[in-house]
Amino acid sequence: MKKTLAARLEILSDAAKYDASCASSGVSSKKKAGEEGLGSKASNGICHAYTPDGRCISLLKILMTNFCIYDCAYCINRSSSKIERTRFSVEEIIWITLEFYRRNYIEGLFLSSGVIRSSDYTMEEMVRVARELRLKHHFHGYIHLKTIPDAAPHLIEEAGLYADRLSINVEMPTDAGLAAYAPEKDAGHIRQSMGALRLKIEESGDRSLSGRKPRRFAPGGQSTQMIIGADRSTDRDILRSSAALYSGYALRRVYYSAFSPIPDASMALPAQSPPLVREHRLYQADWMVRFYGFSFEEIVAQREDGMLDLELDPKLAWALQNRALFPVDLNRASREMLLRVPGLGPRSVGALLSARRHCAIRLEDVERLKVSLRKVRPFIVTSDWNPARLIDRDNLAAAFRPQPQQLRLL
Amino acid sequence: MKRLQLARDADFETWRGLARAALAEGIAPDQIEWMSPDAAQADLFSSEPEAQEREAPTAPCATPVGHVSKPGLALLHTILRYHDPQRFALAYRLLWRLQTEPALLAIATDPDMREAARMTQQIRRDMHKMKAFVRFREATQPDSDGRRHFIAWFEPENYILESVAPFFAERFSDMDWMILTPIGSILFEKGKLICDRSPCAAPDLKDDVETLWHSYYQSIFNPARIKTKAMRSEMPTKYWKNLPETRLIPQMLADAENRVAAMVARQNDGRAPAFHERHQAEWREKEAQEEARGVALNGLPALSRALESCQRCDLCRYATQSVPGIGPDHAPLMLVGEQPGDQEDLQGKPFVGPAGQVLDRVLSAVGIERSEVYLTNAVKHFKFVSKGRRRIHQTPGRTEIVACSPWLDQEIRLVQPKLIVTLGATALQAVEGRVSRLGALRGHVRDGSATRPPSLATIHPSYLLRLPEPLRAQEEEQRFMQELSAARDWLAEH
Repeated sequence: MKKTLAARLEILSDAAKYDASCASSGVSSKKKAGEEGLGSKASNGICHAYTPDGRCISLLKILMTNFCIYDCAYCINRSSSKIERTRFSVEEIIWITLEFYRRNYIEGLFLSSGVIRSSDYTMEEMVRVARELRLKHHFHGYIHLKTIPDAAPHLIEEAGLYADRLSINVEMPTDAGLAAYAPEKDAGHIRQSMGALRLKIEESGDRSLSGRKPRRFAPGGQSTQMIIGADRSTDRDILRSSAALYSGYALRRVYYSAFSPIPDASMALPAQSPPLVREHRLYQADWMVRFYGFSFEEIVAQREDGMLDLELDPKLAWALQNRALFPVDLNRASREMLLRVPGLGPRSVGALLSARRHCAIRLEDVERLKVSLRKVRPFIVTSDWNPARLIDRDNLAAAFRPQPQQLRLL
Repeated sequence: MKRLQLARDADFETWRGLARAALAEGIAPDQIEWMSPDAAQADLFSSEPEAQEREAPTAPCATPVGHVSKPGLALLHTILRYHDPQRFALAYRLLWRLQTEPALLAIATDPDMREAARMTQQIRRDMHKMKAFVRFREATQPDSDGRRHFIAWFEPENYILESVAPFFAERFSDMDWMILTPIGSILFEKGKLICDRSPCAAPDLKDDVETLWHSYYQSIFNPARIKTKAMRSEMPTKYWKNLPETRLIPQMLADAENRVAAMVARQNDGRAPAFHERHQAEWREKEAQEEARGVALNGLPALSRALESCQRCDLCRYATQSVPGIGPDHAPLMLVGEQPGDQEDLQGKPFVGPAGQVLDRVLSAVGIERSEVYLTNAVKHFKFVSKGRRRIHQTPGRTEIVACSPWLDQEIRLVQPKLIVTLGATALQAVEGRVSRLGALRGHVRDGSATRPPSLATIHPSYLLRLPEPLRAQEEEQRFMQELSAARDWLAEH
C-alpha cells in the first residue's frame, strides 16, 4: 500500500535532518518590473521557525528518496540499514514546496537524495524539480540542491542554472576517515567535483570581453559538511581540512555536524556521540577565520592534543595564550588587532574606530556598546583604564572557566 | 517647560511638524515635555483647568527648519517607528544636537546615539521576525482568474507595517493577501498594496496544509540534540502565540529522551535488507571492471592512472588531484615545470594557469607547437598554504621532489625525448638530481647521461609574472625566448 503524503514527508524529512545546512543566504535578486511569479530572495536569509534542537527551519529540507545504493556507515540511509524506505515524485516535491512557501513557512527548498539506480538518474530527477519550479511555476524562492559527485557535467551545469546553491559533502575530515566509513566514496572525486564547481561559479561571475553576462551558475555558491566525532580526527585535522576547503573551493560555508545517533545504527560507529559543545567550538573557530582574520593553524597551534578547549571559547583561549600581544589600546590599535580582542566583534570594532576619530574612548563607552566588560577588561587599555598586572596573572584563565560545581551526593 | 502632545502612534510627518516648530523657536530639548497620553489619560488631562489655560497647542510647521544630513534624516525616520513614545524626545534631542554637532552620527558611544542604535536594532529585529513568523492561511476559493486568497494575523511591536509591506508585496505577488495586526493592516489585492493604521481583530481560520507543516516540524527535529536556549533566543516565546507549530514543542521535548534511548538500543543486528546484497554485488562487479580496465592499460595512460592514487608524500592530502604530464607519446621535446598551481590543481592539466599562458605566448613566438611538446612537472601535486580564501603557492621541498621523482623518471623513459628543457630551479634539481645554480647553467644544451637525454635549463615562466618592473620583465622574457629558441635550433640539428 502506498503511504500517504504526510507519512512520506515524515520519513523523508526525518532522513534529511542530518544535513546541518539550512541557509538561504548569499543571493539577493529583485524581480524585474512586470516579472510574474511567486517568491523572492533575502540576501541574509530568513529563518522561519526554530526547533528545540536549536536549529532553524529556513528551507524545506527533504530527500527525494531514502533508498540508496551506497553503504556509508554514518548515514541513516545506507543500504544495509533496515529503516522504512519511500520516495516522493517530482510533482509532489514541487507541490509541497509551493504550498509551504505560500504560507510563509519557508524560504525555499533544500533537496537532497539517496542515490538510486545511478548518479545520473538521481541527479536528473533532482534537476527536474528545480527546472520545473523555475520554468513551469515561475518560482523565485531559494533552491539548494545537493550535488551527486559523479553525475554527468551537463546535469551539474543545469543544476547550477536553476539552483541558488549547490553542495557536496566531504563527509569526513580526512581521506582515511572517508575510506573507512564510506568504502564506495572517493575523497579525491569529491574534491575534484568541488573544484569543478568552483571553476563554474567563478566563470559565471566574470563578464566576457563582449560584456555579455555569462550563464547563471549557483550564485549562492557552494557549501559542504563534515561529520564530527564519528572518526578519531582531532580538531586540528578538522580545521586543516576546513582551511584547505575554504581556500581551494571558494566555499561559502563548511558545516560541522556532531555525529548523532541514528536508528538502526551501524556497529562500526562509536556508541557515544561527541559533546555538542565540540561542534560549537568548531563553529566559533570557523567564525574567527571568516570574520576576525585568524588562520585555522594559529587557533590550535598551542593545543598539544590538537583539540580545542571545551571550556573556553577559542578566541578567549587564543588571547590567554598570546598575552604578550595584550593589552590592546582601544584608542590606537589597528582594526586587525582590535578584532582579536576577546569580547569585541566586527560591529563594536567598527563603532570604536568611528568614535575614536572624534573623542577618546573610555571604559564606559565600551560598556555602552554592549560589550562584556568582565571579558574585555584584562585585554584592553582605554583613556581611563589600564589592566596593569591583571593580564599577567596566572589565574586569569581560571577566572573565565566555568566554576566547578559541587557534586550532589544523592 | 513646553508640553507637546502627540498620539502614541504618531508617525514621522506628525512629529516633524511639531519638531520644526520647536526648533524654529529655539527651544532646547530639556525645555520640552513630549506627551502621548492614552485616550483615558487625555480626558483626565484636558479636564485639568490649569493645563487648558497655560498655553495654546503648538501649530505644526510645514516648512523646513534647521538642517539634517541624509543619514541623520534616515535615522530619525527609523526611530520614529519605535513603539515607545520616548522616541519623540530622543528624536528631538538628536535633531537639536545635530544642528551643532555634525559628527554626532559617527559617535556610537554617545548615550543618545547608543539609545538610537538600541531602538534601530529592535525595529530591525521586529521587521525581520515579522518577515519570518507571519503565517498565511488560505481564506476562500480562488477567484475566477485563479488568484488565491490568504490571510495572516501578526502582532508587531513597533510601527513597521509600512516598512515591511513592500517585502511581502514582492514575494507574494501572484496571490491576494491580508496581514491583520492590532496596529493596522496590509492589504494586497490584484497587485495593489494598501497599508492602514486602524486596529484589526484576530481572524479565525483553518488551513489543512498546516497539518503537513506540523508533521514536517516534528520530523526535522533531532531529539538527540536539545538546545532550547538557542531556540528561544531566536524564536522568543512572545511570538509563540501566533506560531501554531510551537504548540508541539512540549510534547517533542517530553518524547525526546525515549526516542534517543530507543535508537541507541536498536543498533543494527548485522542483518541487512535484501537489496543491500544486490547493491554490494554491483559495487564489487563495478570495482572489478575498473581494475580490469586499469590492468589493460600500459604506457603513459597506465602511468597517469597509477598516479591518481599516489600517496608518496603528504601533498595528496589537501591537493585536489595529481596532475600528470600531457603530450604525444614520443615527443622530441619535454618541458618540465615545477608543480601544478591553483588552476592546474582544479583542472587536472599542466600549464593552464597564468604561467601557462606566458609559456603559450613564448612558445608560439619562437615557433614551437605546444601540442607537439610533452609538458609535465617535477612534482605532481599542488603544494600550498591556505590564506583565507586563497591558496598561496609554496615551493616544493627536497622531500617532495625526491618522493615524486620516480614518476618523472618513468615519464622520461616512456616518452624518450631528444631534449629536456627544465623550467626553473625545482625542475633542474629534479632532472639532474642535485642542487645546481640555475644562473650558471642556463641557456645552453648540456650532455645527458645513460638514463636521461641532454637538457637545457631556463627559468620558470611564473618568474616573469613576479617581476615588478615591466622593463626588466620584458628583458627576461626576451632571454627566455632566446633560450627556448636555442632548444628549438638544437632539435632541428639533431
